[in-house]
Amino acid sequence: MVKRESIRVLIAKPGLDGHDRGAKVLTLGLRDEGMEVIYTGLRQTPDMIVQAAIQEDVDVIGLSCLSGAHNYLFPAVVDLLKAKGAKHIVVVGGGIIPQEDVLLLKSKGVEALFGPGAPIRQIADCIRAAVAGKSGV
Amino acid sequence: MELVKKMLAGSQQPLARLITMVEREAPEVPEIMRQVYPHTGKAYCIGVTGPPGAGKSTLVDKLTSGFRKKGLSVGIIAVDPTSPFSGGAVLGDRIRMQQHYLDSGVFIRSMATRGSHGGLPKTAKAVVKLLDAFGKDIIIVETVGVGQTELDIMEAADTTVVVLVPEAGDAIQTMKAGLMEIAHIMVVNKADREGADYLVCELEAMVRMGPKRSDWLIPVLATQAAFDVGIDALMQEIEHHRVYLKTSGELEQRRCEQRKSEFIEIVEQRIKERLLNLVENDGRMSASVLRVKSGDIDPYSAAQEILENRELLREWLGKM
Ligand SMILES: Nc1nc2c(ncn2[C@@H]2O[C@H](COP(=O)(O)OP(=O)(O)O)[C@@H](O)[C@H]2O)c(=O)[nH]1
Ligand SMILES: [Mg+2]
Repeated sequence: MVKRESIRVLIAKPGLDGHDRGAKVLTLGLRDEGMEVIYTGLRQTPDMIVQAAIQEDVDVIGLSCLSGAHNYLFPAVVDLLKAKGAKHIVVVGGGIIPQEDVLLLKSKGVEALFGPGAPIRQIADCIRAAVAGKSGV
Repeated sequence: MELVKKMLAGSQQPLARLITMVEREAPEVPEIMRQVYPHTGKAYCIGVTGPPGAGKSTLVDKLTSGFRKKGLSVGIIAVDPTSPFSGGAVLGDRIRMQQHYLDSGVFIRSMATRGSHGGLPKTAKAVVKLLDAFGKDIIIVETVGVGQTELDIMEAADTTVVVLVPEAGDAIQTMKAGLMEIAHIMVVNKADREGADYLVCELEAMVRMGPKRSDWLIPVLATQAAFDVGIDALMQEIEHHRVYLKTSGELEQRRCEQRKSEFIEIVEQRIKERLLNLVENDGRMSASVLRVKSGDIDPYSAAQEILENRELLREWLGKM
């Protein structure tokens, strides 16, 4: 009997903006999709996020950012993961992100990006597919 | 095992991966634990339990700062409940511990309760062992506790701290919930709020009147974790309790009991696992299941049939 294991997700809010409503909604939504969601709160530096992700051995990091600094912060997390030998961790992002930035971020290793209206089910399915892809199943 | 070697050498990533394997009950776990065991027994384990929102995580955060100032390294296991509906969980204790994220002397791991009925996942004790072998001096286990389910934490921890708040109701409620029985130290947190002094007095009276289980008299403390008030006193009481356990011989006695129950649990679980595997895949068992499902026979009589079938039992045992 093989149990399907819960995917572990770390939700973090890098940057200086103080709105975490979206991050909280996502946290609850992913829990309802059967995931174990570690919520780490506001104003995280990429260093803190990556350190937490490593200790928690998560499959996915979900970054939420409304401050417009996503072009710097999201790739910084991806690069740090690489540097620490944890590039198996999938990074997805959320926020108000212009289309040209989406392409840029994807080219820098962010798996997927979601606007404020994205349905949770869609985000969850995307996470499940990405995790299955990375673990080679 | 390569992963165990790297973990023992002090690397965080292998430790994190080993914890995951233990949590997922991977087939390698018995071998992992066998190799880890000789390196355990040095850490001191503190359990922190109490109702949701009482300030446990905030308290753990402040205690961690205190231990770090003394030059001790800290491992934290923070448990939150698994949702019985989705199997998912929100693990939010880390929010209160951000100041320690970049301190290499602190390792924080969030765990969901998963299948366990109590506040402590059944794999948590093995995770404590991993952190112990990793070299943490102090291991703090935070669980949500509202009642007797918390006996688990008392078994795993050397000192159990029960955290209450003035709003949580009166001391009678606490006693009914069985929190009194598991506490080595009682803390009334959010003492900045009304009713704290009263609850402290009530609890103190309760402790004095209650049945004495040992020479340790449970201290009742008022704290304001969010404002860093009363933390030093709590640190002192934890130290008192540690010294008491050591000098009274209770610590060694507890460790003996812990080893014994660990052994029995392992044997029990492995027998159960293997046997269930055989039983589930046995044709005669499936035949009985069908009859029970259709209502042809009641489950008690069907079970009796199986248990009275000596030959069948012997066959299963032989295959184990
Ligand atoms: N007023 C007051 N609030 C506190 C105190 N300690 C913690 N809190 C707050 O209580 C809330 C819950 O704290 P948390 O540590 O997450 O509780 P837990 O669920 O028991 O882990 C947070 O908003 C804390 O800031 C205190 O001493 N006084
Ligand atoms: Mg907590």
